[in-house]
Amino acid sequence: MRILKYVLVGFLFGIVLTKTEAVSWYRIYEMFHFQSFHMYGIIGTAIATGIIGIQWMKRSNLKAINGQPIEILDKESGNMRYWVGGIFFGLGWALVGACPGPIFILLGAGFYNVAFVLFGALMGTFLYGLLKDKLPH
Amino acid sequence: MEFISQTWHWSISGFLIGMVMLCLIYFGKTFGMSSNLRSLCSMTGVGRFLPFFDWDWKSQRWNLVLVIGAMLGGFVAVHFLHDGSNVDLNPKTIEQLALLNIDAPAGKLLPDALFNDNSPKTIVLLILGGLLIGFGSRYAGGCTSGHAISGLSNLQIPSLKAVVGFFIGGLVMAHFILPLIFKL
Repeated sequence: MRILKYVLVGFLFGIVLTKTEAVSWYRIYEMFHFQSFHMYGIIGTAIATGIIGIQWMKRSNLKAINGQPIEILDKESGNMRYWVGGIFFGLGWALVGACPGPIFILLGAGFYNVAFVLFGALMGTFLYGLLKDKLPH
Repeated sequence: MEFISQTWHWSISGFLIGMVMLCLIYFGKTFGMSSNLRSLCSMTGVGRFLPFFDWDWKSQRWNLVLVIGAMLGGFVAVHFLHDGSNVDLNPKTIEQLALLNIDAPAGKLLPDALFNDNSPKTIVLLILGGLLIGFGSRYAGGCTSGHAISGLSNLQIPSLKAVVGFFIGGLVMAHFILPLIFKL
């Protein structure tokens, strides 16, 4: 069960993203051209659900599954890394129409050319590890 | 079964994605897909040369298991829960794509012009896009799941900066660079 719960949550995530077409290049193109509310609706509803859920967890002092208190780490403060990193990411997202989750989901679904995207993403991650200390954060 | 095979409404999907994130918080974990890219790099042993990859990636194995589940989910959704009504785009979008010589979806998730074309130019584009995604998500410390969903749900200002960055980059690509690439 310890491992199975992650398989199940991942399975749900893969089905939902595919069935709502968030993994579709077309939907990302349409979103960046403001020609449909679909993607904004998905992201907005996910965030609204998340805000309500997190506030509820914090107020009810819910314990995590292992009995420990739930702690959600704050993101480090910074500017350059978020703006510049974000812009790089956005350029790639709109070009190949997939962010990291969908890259894996599409590969699983049998779109084998997405492997080129995964290869690039691994190279990009490696490149960041190589240059990390030279980059302004 | 039609309600399963047709495109799922954004409100249902958005709610379920939010629940996925909340489940992971309840499990004591953090929702973030791009961390898996770092784990996969670290598995090759490059941590011996690069300190960034010398970390306890084994503590993140649960996330790789989640990825396997997500891949299975994608497989089941595409092979068993799909019908020809899917990816019903705005007709204006389809007209625009035709001008760029990009095929209309007609039920497909991905355009053949990018994902079913083995010309060197297309393959270079896919690798380049991946490179930007991998580099950008690690530099920004997260992707759509880590910043847009997890971070904004927890009202994090750094995540808001990253998400605005995602959109600046995405708008520049979609409006200025994609037309250049596909009209050449």
